[in-house]
Amino acid sequence: MERADREGRGLSDLRDLIDASCPGAVVDEIESHGELTIEIARERLLEVARFLAAPPAAFRLLSDVACADFPDEPGRFRLAYQLYSLDSGARVRLRVWAGADDPEVDSVVPVWPTANWHEREVYDLMGVRFRGHPDLARIAMPDDWEGHPLRKDYPLGGEEVTFTDAV
Amino acid sequence: MPSDEAGVGGGFPIASEARGVLEAARREGRALTETERAIAQIEAFTPEEAEARIRMAEAPPEDPGIRRPMVINLGPQHPSTHGVLRLITELDGEVILDIHPIVGYLHTGIEKQCENKTYWQAVTLVTRMDYLSPYFNTLAYCLAVERLLDLEIPDRAKFLRVIMCEVNRIASHLVWLGTSGLELGAISAFFYTYRERDKALDLGEMISGERMNTRYFQVGGCAQDMPDGFEGELRRFIGEMPSRIDEYEQLLSNNQIWLDRTRGVGILPVDELIGLGVTGPALRAAGVAHDLRKAAPYSGYEHFDFDVPVATDGDVYARYTVRIREMRESVRIIEQALDGIPEGRHIADDRKVVLPPREELAVSMEALIHHFKLVTEGFHVPAGEVYAAVESPRGEMGCYVVSDGGPKPYRCHMRDPSFVNLQALRPMAKGSYLADLIAMIGSMDNVMGGVDR
Amino acid sequence: MALIPPPGTPIERAPRTDQSVDWDLKDPELADFVKRGLLMTTVDKISSWAQSSAIWPAGFGLACCAIEMMHMVTPRIDIARFGAELIRASPRQSDLMIVSGRVSQKMAPVLRHIYDQMLEPKWVISMGACASSGGVFNNYALVQGVDKIVPVDVYVPGCPPRPESLVEGIMLLQKKIGSGGQSSSRELWNAQTGKDAA
Repeated sequence: MERADREGRGLSDLRDLIDASCPGAVVDEIESHGELTIEIARERLLEVARFLAAPPAAFRLLSDVACADFPDEPGRFRLAYQLYSLDSGARVRLRVWAGADDPEVDSVVPVWPTANWHEREVYDLMGVRFRGHPDLARIAMPDDWEGHPLRKDYPLGGEEVTFTDAV
Repeated sequence: MPSDEAGVGGGFPIASEARGVLEAARREGRALTETERAIAQIEAFTPEEAEARIRMAEAPPEDPGIRRPMVINLGPQHPSTHGVLRLITELDGEVILDIHPIVGYLHTGIEKQCENKTYWQAVTLVTRMDYLSPYFNTLAYCLAVERLLDLEIPDRAKFLRVIMCEVNRIASHLVWLGTSGLELGAISAFFYTYRERDKALDLGEMISGERMNTRYFQVGGCAQDMPDGFEGELRRFIGEMPSRIDEYEQLLSNNQIWLDRTRGVGILPVDELIGLGVTGPALRAAGVAHDLRKAAPYSGYEHFDFDVPVATDGDVYARYTVRIREMRESVRIIEQALDGIPEGRHIADDRKVVLPPREELAVSMEALIHHFKLVTEGFHVPAGEVYAAVESPRGEMGCYVVSDGGPKPYRCHMRDPSFVNLQALRPMAKGSYLADLIAMIGSMDNVMGGVDR
Repeated sequence: MALIPPPGTPIERAPRTDQSVDWDLKDPELADFVKRGLLMTTVDKISSWAQSSAIWPAGFGLACCAIEMMHMVTPRIDIARFGAELIRASPRQSDLMIVSGRVSQKMAPVLRHIYDQMLEPKWVISMGACASSGGVFNNYALVQGVDKIVPVDVYVPGCPPRPESLVEGIMLLQKKIGSGGQSSSRELWNAQTGKDAA
């Protein structure tokens, strides 16, 4: 089975590293399918981000910022930051819950400038705001669009196809 | 829609767009962001101020002698923007002061629609995202789902995947080379490269039935094995490819005009590139030897012997040489894969996930039931989340799949390299000439289908 | 032996596969017609022949279909044979808009704007499934068929259609403009006398 290359990279002590310098930030640590996911408390995101981007962890490349909508969960919007370290080849995923009403999270653009458009996309399609983002405008939908399409309560839209219930 | 020529900048209906943007801002009770100000082409911080400035701009200018930057719209319909990219460019003569890229003109709602399809059906949607590298889109998606399923892929399937991915890489680089040449005036390059691309697409058609947007990769392996004659055709293709690449190099590599237009253009410091998340040939041309096929090998790439071309200058010419050398390396990989391809199945054996072969449907009740369940309901994927990344011709293409245990993906998000690489265009373009901007856009090789998804 | 026909035997030619292009004016009435009427073909027919033989597309490549449209321009398929290889960047200098690709909500006003900028006479080919009907993507983000925005003359189905399909679309458009590409005398004769083409 193809695995992300993390054997022998010392990632197992990443949680301890983070706990040492940002105590109380880590809420949970999940290891599954060869990947490590660390859940962070919402307010500590920028702090942990700054710590991870600098040596010794040196996760300089932010691959992706994704958001999933769980309407039944108290936090509702679950953000996932995929980090990659060019030196050690290690990957880790940071997970943050943004909250159901008025979801807002600190922007990590000061740490990884690539997050600029990723966060704009999350704002456009999911409605999560990012504090401190230099330019939080819609990116995929027209500027005067109402609503956030990728939310679970937003309809798929399109035309109704007669005589079929396929989508 | 009336086109308001009066108004700051002129051109595309500015005033009506500005009003649309103001409406949205007023409804949400916030100020305008930088991009929205660029769209409205006004300097304002509150909707009221913006309104005042629009009224002022529609009145004739009082002092025609003030030197203001010219704002032009490299609109979504443009021959050289590689698709529907809109750049609002602030120019001082020919020198670019700033650009504001506006994307979203090809937003297709693929990610939302994937949530309504079963995992097997979603391959057909995902393949149309970055339309120049359909095999890579599907490979990232299939790797992610297979990891969630803990599914073992037979070695033959892995080799087939490698072969088709490298054929796709060659085909994609041929489009880049052809259109880059076309945009900079080297129109012959366009005709030369597409001659080869037609042959590469013929190979794709032979093995999968479609030239582009194939759904050849399935969750578990490949849709079918190599048909008769495919290996001969493929060997013929890679046999003549090195001499064709020599032809392209003859046209361009030492061409004085090409050198003048691409040397020293579009350089960014390496730290800024990494900070902006740029991957792929653009990063390798700046000196960072980062290739996911070597750093985190997937689908059997660890068995192949190939080099990762790296250059140090970081300009458009360096990216050109890196991609040319990548084409040569792809030929090497395909040859090794053809020589070493093991016998075996082309797709995994797990009947809960993979369709049974059609011959069995007539004789086995179990196969019929499996087929029925897989086609109507789909296979269930255990709950979890996975991020799988592959090295596409443009950089790191990743697929983040969140599963809730059902037959349809709960959330399927594609990390597209063009989306991220395009952010580097703005710092690159500041202070350069407008003509250099075209060279830079070509060198970033962005595919707007991937940018907008 | 008798394999070589004796001298004086009339030479039999194989029939042409395309009966409409028939340069042998065997029909004496037709020959008469040609002598009388060739120079008095109506201006309409000449202008439609000219228009259809040199349709200049405006570059409106949006997505995957645009790549197949580019393949149509390149040597294997070579739309230059049909006079259409000059893809003008400016819509004001072109007659044909090939909408190749998916039209999103954000792009729709731009599409209409470009269509309005084209000068009459103008035609639209809707290339591909997404432009014709929304294609695979029946959702919030796409206009379900570009004919909701601009009037379409020819629909070319496919995802993406082969370049050969698009060429057939252009040939259909040429017929629609009023000419079969190259009007043959036989066609004009058949049109005048009401005889059906072979």
